[in-house]
Order: sequence, then structure tokens, then C-alpha cells
Amino acid sequence: MMREVMSSYGTSSALYPGVSTESLALLPRVFKTTVLGESFMSQSSSFFSRIKSWVGIAAAVAMAFMGAGAPEVHAQAKPAGTVKVGVLHSLSGTMAISETVLKDVALMAFEEINAKGGVMGMKIEPVVVDPASNWPLFAEKARQLITQDKVAVVFGCWTSVSRKSVLPVFEELNSLLFYPVQYEGEEISRNVFYTGAAPNQQAIPAVEYLMSKEGGAAKRWVLLGTDYVYPRTTNKILRAFLKSKGVADKDIDEKYTPFGHSDYQTIVADVKKFSAGGKTAVISTINGDSNVPFYKELGNQGLKATDVPVVAFSVGEEELRGVDTKPLVGHLAAWNYFMSIKAPANDEFTKKWAAYAKAKNIAGHKDKPLTNDPMEATYIGIYMWKQAVEKAKTFDVAKVSAAMAGQTFTAPSGIVSKMDEKNHHLHKAVFIGEVKADGQFNVVWKTKGPVKAQPWSPFIAGNDKKKDEPALMAEKAPEKKK
Amino acid sequence: MRRTLFAVLLIFAAWANPASALDRAAVDKLAFGDGEEKIEAIAALVAEGDPKAVLVLGALLEGELQTSGKRVLIIKGTEATDALTGVSVTPVPAEREDILVNNRLRGTLNGALAALKLISPERTVRLAAAKELEGSADAAMLPLVKKALDKESDPAIKPLLEQIAATLEIKSGTKESRLAAIRTLEQSSNAGAKTLLLAVLEGEKDEDIRLAVEKSLLAIEGRLAWGQRAGLMFAGVSLGSILLLAALGLAITYGLMGVINMAHGELMMIGAYGTFVVQNLFRAHFPGAFDWYLLFAVPAAFAVSAVVGMLLERSVIRWLYGRPLETLLATWGISLMLIQAVRTIFGAQNVQVENPAFMSGGIAVLSNVVLPWNRIVIILFAVAVLALVWLLLTRTRLGLFVRGVTQNRAMASCVGVPTARVDTWSFGLGSGIAGLAGCALSQIGNVGPDLGQSYIVDSFMVVVLGGVGQLAGTVFAAMGLGVFNKILEAWSGAVLAKIAILVFIIVFIQKRPQGMFAVKGRTVET
Repeated sequence: MMREVMSSYGTSSALYPGVSTESLALLPRVFKTTVLGESFMSQSSSFFSRIKSWVGIAAAVAMAFMGAGAPEVHAQAKPAGTVKVGVLHSLSGTMAISETVLKDVALMAFEEINAKGGVMGMKIEPVVVDPASNWPLFAEKARQLITQDKVAVVFGCWTSVSRKSVLPVFEELNSLLFYPVQYEGEEISRNVFYTGAAPNQQAIPAVEYLMSKEGGAAKRWVLLGTDYVYPRTTNKILRAFLKSKGVADKDIDEKYTPFGHSDYQTIVADVKKFSAGGKTAVISTINGDSNVPFYKELGNQGLKATDVPVVAFSVGEEELRGVDTKPLVGHLAAWNYFMSIKAPANDEFTKKWAAYAKAKNIAGHKDKPLTNDPMEATYIGIYMWKQAVEKAKTFDVAKVSAAMAGQTFTAPSGIVSKMDEKNHHLHKAVFIGEVKADGQFNVVWKTKGPVKAQPWSPFIAGNDKKKDEPALMAEKAPEKKK
Repeated sequence: MRRTLFAVLLIFAAWANPASALDRAAVDKLAFGDGEEKIEAIAALVAEGDPKAVLVLGALLEGELQTSGKRVLIIKGTEATDALTGVSVTPVPAEREDILVNNRLRGTLNGALAALKLISPERTVRLAAAKELEGSADAAMLPLVKKALDKESDPAIKPLLEQIAATLEIKSGTKESRLAAIRTLEQSSNAGAKTLLLAVLEGEKDEDIRLAVEKSLLAIEGRLAWGQRAGLMFAGVSLGSILLLAALGLAITYGLMGVINMAHGELMMIGAYGTFVVQNLFRAHFPGAFDWYLLFAVPAAFAVSAVVGMLLERSVIRWLYGRPLETLLATWGISLMLIQAVRTIFGAQNVQVENPAFMSGGIAVLSNVVLPWNRIVIILFAVAVLALVWLLLTRTRLGLFVRGVTQNRAMASCVGVPTARVDTWSFGLGSGIAGLAGCALSQIGNVGPDLGQSYIVDSFMVVVLGGVGQLAGTVFAAMGLGVFNKILEAWSGAVLAKIAILVFIIVFIQKRPQGMFAVKGRTVET
């Protein structure tokens, strides 16, 4: 019992700012005196402070008990009628260009759900935090959302490095994250649902398309990315895939630039040089605002899509907003959704977004509303979570997770998207689009129907032995509640 | 450009004789066929050299060819004409579908249009077409190219056409004609020729041809390598000019005045936002003169940063002269406040600053080197700013005072120089130049509240490397770092290049703490 008080002491001071910190600071000393027999009385100067400190201890002990019980009840122990939900996207820094709009679309979905009576009759109360494109800060903010705000679920992250940063937090505190962006795979966590694409739902089909006659029959490949885990892993998979198709190492050129890199002169010149050796395609995994100078440089240096097509995995309608797209016509992007897709569900989605952006006066979108793939994935994730909660009839993480299996939702991309029964990934249709002069995409290729995700890519050695589902609860039960 | 091109096409189409291969079957294939059928139809049209096809193919390329039921229409704004008959269609059908054009089709269309233009009566059109086809022609165009070659007499176009014909015959034909074609290609400095020769080399058994190809390849590669080197130098100079602009203001505030101004980057950021505001004003009030907004943005950026800098100097920095550590901390604090202030006013997201039209695109100096206009303009701008600063420091009274105060403050004060006021003015000047740098940066990179953060380290690096207190040193250091960085980048990649530069500077400063150019005399010790 004593250990319990000790261990939760740290969190209780953070959790209950109302309690005098002075009295809490005395707490360890109390235990020191009992354990070591050292007198602490001599150190307190007055009777009143002694009283105060005992009151403080009592309060802290009482709260520590409440705190210790928290992980189990945190979702339900809310004032009746609302449930808190976290939104963890960078609203400043290099990733703000991509992530800000995901925050907005999440808020739109919450508003919609609330207008229709909420989740199980409870209104959603969003808690928005800004991890500022700072990866360790993601983990801190995630911890804050879960322990302090006691959110039932978090929607967030864009870069894989931010997801890797928060993953241990979600697993330790046994909370739920919905991750809405395409990524490199190589991960299944029972605490995460991945509503973006795995490599076989985006990267591999895109490369296959470029290899085909219709896609230009590329023979040489430049793999260009920002220097972090997603591009590195994706390129590792692509390299293995290309090799399996008989592409030699000398026909693959891998290049990385730091986050926020803004001078793409050399890179574009190198691509030109490399492309003289045969039909070349560029696979871009550049992330964040670096894309703007990259595409500007491509346009200015006159690298045409008919000569060297660039297919991007992290560039959508939103990232191209600030770029003059006329010189970029024909460059490609592979996604599971484009704004230009003709489907009733998409019409509804884009109309709702336009109205919402106008009503909320969202910068940029109020005049020119754009939707993109991660926005769609965020939207699907939120609705699937709602459906799962209503099926499980609780916010409990394990039960909601179980109820997520097999959930379906009519996605704006025009298909019925299904959450896989086991592997926590969505079944998604793949689209390849070419940039048009107005910054929208022309779909030039698509899969016949939804494709099941392979988070463990068969092109990485040793993956064939890995299970296509998260480890069981019992194996990885949290240590915390001992 | 496109518009004039199209006008030329129209004249040309009107001139063409009406004998036509553009029949219903061909148009239907273009409009409703799959990718393969479309390509076949285009190839057939090119082989027959039907000039009337230019209109339809041009419309297809521009996305103006649309279908309405079974009809194929060319839509221009609000007017529609039938693609087959050329008769105008009224009313314009409301239900229309775009015809999908992908990269492969677009490439074929570009080539086809260029090939059809080879027989245009206009010399400039033919020259442009021949240049476009160099390195991208395909076998279907051979009859047309030969026909054009027969008629051609212009000394500039004829050799180009010969080269194009050579590339087309390089894979077929007799051994002699192939060897001749390979030898013709030797004169090319087009990267496309290299691609072509490499393709010939692959799977070629004939020893003579292999040798000829290898020889031609060597010659072409040698020429291409010069282009690459020139491109690399340009990239280095371009980066150097940006570093110079970023560091020039600092060379005054830190180099001459000795103020470690950590808010220097934020003054650049303010200049960039100044440009953004001017751009928005122009867009809202004078959309017609939008291309000239930079003319007003430059003084505005200078003014706003200079005013902020002078306020800073008057309110904070002047109390801290001679206390570098306190100055550093205070200006760093101010930089954070400025960032937050901009976030509050403009939002945390990047804002968009558009290039004026004349700064988009580039000029092709060699077949494989395109120099982007925005970078050329910035290099010229940097030179102009440098010249102005130099004139100001050496030819004006203020410059004399600044140098006097820098060299010996007490003595300058004794002979009647108002040192405090000179400090304010020169700090304002340094800040204003930072604003100019921000204005230039807005044309090539992102404008956001964090813009300054990524340049502050580079700016200090340049000033320290060049030698504190010397403008010439700043120029050499900026250009040197720019070129060195680009050479390293081409060799080792962007990430390693950045690391290597930092290591190099650490070592250099260890060996030569006074920088490349040191001020001789007593001022160094102070």
C-alpha cells in the first residue's frame, strides 16, 4: 500500500494542481522518516505547517487511490453526457502544412456526430493539443491527453516518427490511437488502428503502374525521401520489390534530404542526369513543407512528367495548394482517395467540408475547400470508432478494439471500407492520379475493389513468420497495475 | 505563350489543304478508344502528315476535347465546335465528359504535334518543333520527318532534322546508315541522344556499331558533364547569394557593431511576411499589376524590418552594449516573442507567397541545364544589395560614422559623432537588409513563423567564417560555403553535406579563430 502511494505521488501532483505543492513536497520525507528513522520534525518550523503537511498527505493519499484506479475507469468517469476525445496533430512547424487540416476535419466529424445525438447519447468533447512537429513532444502530449484529460480515444499523428514516439505511451497506458496516414507498415499494435494505407495499398501498386506500358514503362528509379523512418523503410521495401522484378542496383538511386529542406537544385539536377541513362521515374516520399520548394524547382527546371514522372506518396491536394501546378501537369500521386473521385459519398463529404470550412472561417479552405486522403481516413476512423463504441456499449479500450473488427463504413472514395477482422488495418481501394493544371488529380488507374492491407511486407526478410494480428492481451498485459 | 502557339496553329490549320485523313473512325478512336487505340490513331495521323489533325490533337492535349454522347466536341470557353466537321455547335450540350489524357498519351501528343509542325510555313514554328523533337522522336514520325527534310533549306533547321532522322533510323536500316546515324549523334549535346545510344548498345552484337556507339557516347557524355558542372556552379552561386543576403545584415549588426543578434532570423521572417502582406494588397486592389508587386514589396520589407530593428535597438539592445551574453539571451527571448507574435497575427501555418509570372520557369542555357528565373533574379538582387551596402559604408557620411564608431567609439564621440544615433541607424540598416533577405527567401522557399530559425545558424556561420567586421569576408564566405555545400551535396547527399560543412567550420575556426579575413589592429581584441 505504501508503494502504491509512493509510485503515484508523482502523477497526483500533476493531476491535482489544486493541492498545495508545498505539502506534497513533504510527502517523501515522511516515508524517509519511517524508513530511516530520521527526524523530520526538526525541519518544520511551526505547528501550523505541520498540520498543513498532514492534511496535505491525507489529501494526496486519498487522491493516489483515485489515481491508481484511473486507467480502468478513465473513460466512464466523466460527467454524464460528454466523452473526451483527443486530437494530436501538429498545428505548427514543418508538418503543419499537412496536419492542420486533419484537426479541422476531425472537429467537423465530432460536430456532425454531436448534432445527431453523439456517441451512445454522449456528446463528444474534443481536446486539441499541438505537438508542433516535435517528435518527443508528441509522446508528452499523448501522455497528457490520456492521463490528464482522460480521453477515450486519440485521433492523430502524421509522420511515422511521431507515431513511433507515441506508441509506447499508448501501450503503457492502454489507450487507443487512430492513425490516418499511409505508412511503411512493419507494425501492428493492439492499441492502434491504422486507417491509412500499408505499402501494398499504395507504394507497390504505384510502382507497378509506372512499370507498365500505360504508366511509361520506367526502367530506372530514383527513390527520393525525407530522412526518417517512413521513407527509409518504404524504400527498403521498394528496393526489394524492384529487385524481384529484375531491376539492377545501378538502376536504383536512393536519396534523402533533412526535414524542412528547401534547396532542391542539386537533387533535381541529379535526377536529370540519372534519367539520361534510360526511362526514369521518381518515387517521392518527401514529407511536409519541403514539397513546396521541391515541386517549384521541378517546374522551374522544366523536368516534365512526360520525360520523368514523379509519383508522390505524401503529396495531395492540400500540399499542392501553394504551388503553381501548371508546369507539374502529369506528375502523379498514389492514394486511396482523391477529391476528384466521382461518388455520391464523396459529393456529400466535399460539400460538408466546404460548408464547414466556410462556417468556421478556416484559412485557405473558406475560399478554396480541398479534401484529401488523410482527411478521408480521419473521417472514416472517427465514424468507425463511434460504431464500435456503440456496438461494444462501452468506451473500454479492449472491448472497443474487439468491436472494431469487421466494422464497415461507406467511404467518400466510393467503396465500402472494412476494418480487417484481425490486423487493425482498413481494406482500401488504390487510386493513382495525375496532377491537373488546377491542382486536382485525374484518376488514371485504380484497383477493381478494396485491397487487404499487408502491414508485414513480404519484401522484407523474416516477415513471413510474423502474425497478421496484434499480440494477445495476455501476453502484453500492462505491468502498471501490480 | 500557349495562346500564341495556338494562334499560330490556327493560322497554320487554315492554310493547310483540305485533303484529310481525319475521318470519323480516327476521331472516335481518339475520343473513345483505350490507351493503346488512342496511340495508334495518333501515330496514323502523324504518318499521313495531315495538318488538320493539329487542331484536334492540340485540343486533346489541352483537355479541350470532350465527348457528349457519341459526339466529339472541341470546347473553347463557352463555344463548342464539332471535332470532325469543324461546324460550331449551339447550344453547347450540358452533359459532357472529359477525355482522359495520361502521361504516355501526353508525350505522344507532344511529339505528334511537333512532328506535324515540321511542315509549317513559319520558320520559327519549324525550328521550335525540330528542337522539341530532338531526342524524343519515335519511329512513326519517320516519313513525316523525311518529307520535311526534303523541303527544308534553312541552315539552322536542316542539321537538326538530319539528327532527328538519324535517331529514327538508328535501330533499323543498313549498317552504313546506322553508323552514319551514330556519327551524326556524336555532335549532339542532348541528354536524349545518350539515352538513345545506350538503348542501341543494349543487345547490339555488331562489333563496329558497338565501337562507334561507345565513341559517340564518350563525346556526348563529355559535353553533358560540362553542362552538369555549370549547373552545379550555378546552384552553388545561388545558394551563396541566399547565404550572402541572410548574412549581410548580420555582418553589419554583429560584424561592425558587435551585437550578437539572435533575432536576426526573425527580422528576415518579418521581411518575408511584409512581402506577403504587399502581395495580398496587390491581389486585392491591383490584380492587373500583380506581377510588379515585388517592386513595392522590397522597400516595404526593408522598411518594416528596419523599424522593428530600430525599436529593438532603442528599447533593449542599447542598454546591453558590451555585454554579449546578456545581449544573446535578450535577443533570443525577443526572437521567441516575435515568432509567437507572427503566429498570433498570421497563424502558425505557412503562408503562400506567389512568384510573379516572370519569375516562374527558367532559361535553358544548355540542353541539360535550365537556370530558374527566380534564382537568377535573387543572385542579381544580392549583387545589387551588396553594391548598395558597400557604397553606403564607404561613400556616405553615415558610412563614415559607422566605420568610425566601429574602430574607436571613444574617439569618434570626442570628434562629435553622435554615437548613440549612429548605433540606431546602423542597427536599423542591418535589420532592413535582413528584411530584404526575407523578401528574397519568400520567392524560393516557404514563409512561416519558423523561417528565421533555419537561417540564423547559417548567417552566423558565414559572418564568423568570413571574419568579423569585414564585408569582403562575408561575400567570400557566403559564396565559398554555397559552392562547397553544393559540390558536397552532389557527392554525398544533402544530409551528409550539412554535417560535413559544420565539421569543416568547427575545424576552421579552431585553426583560425579570426576567420578568413581578419581586421588588423586593436579592434580585434575588444
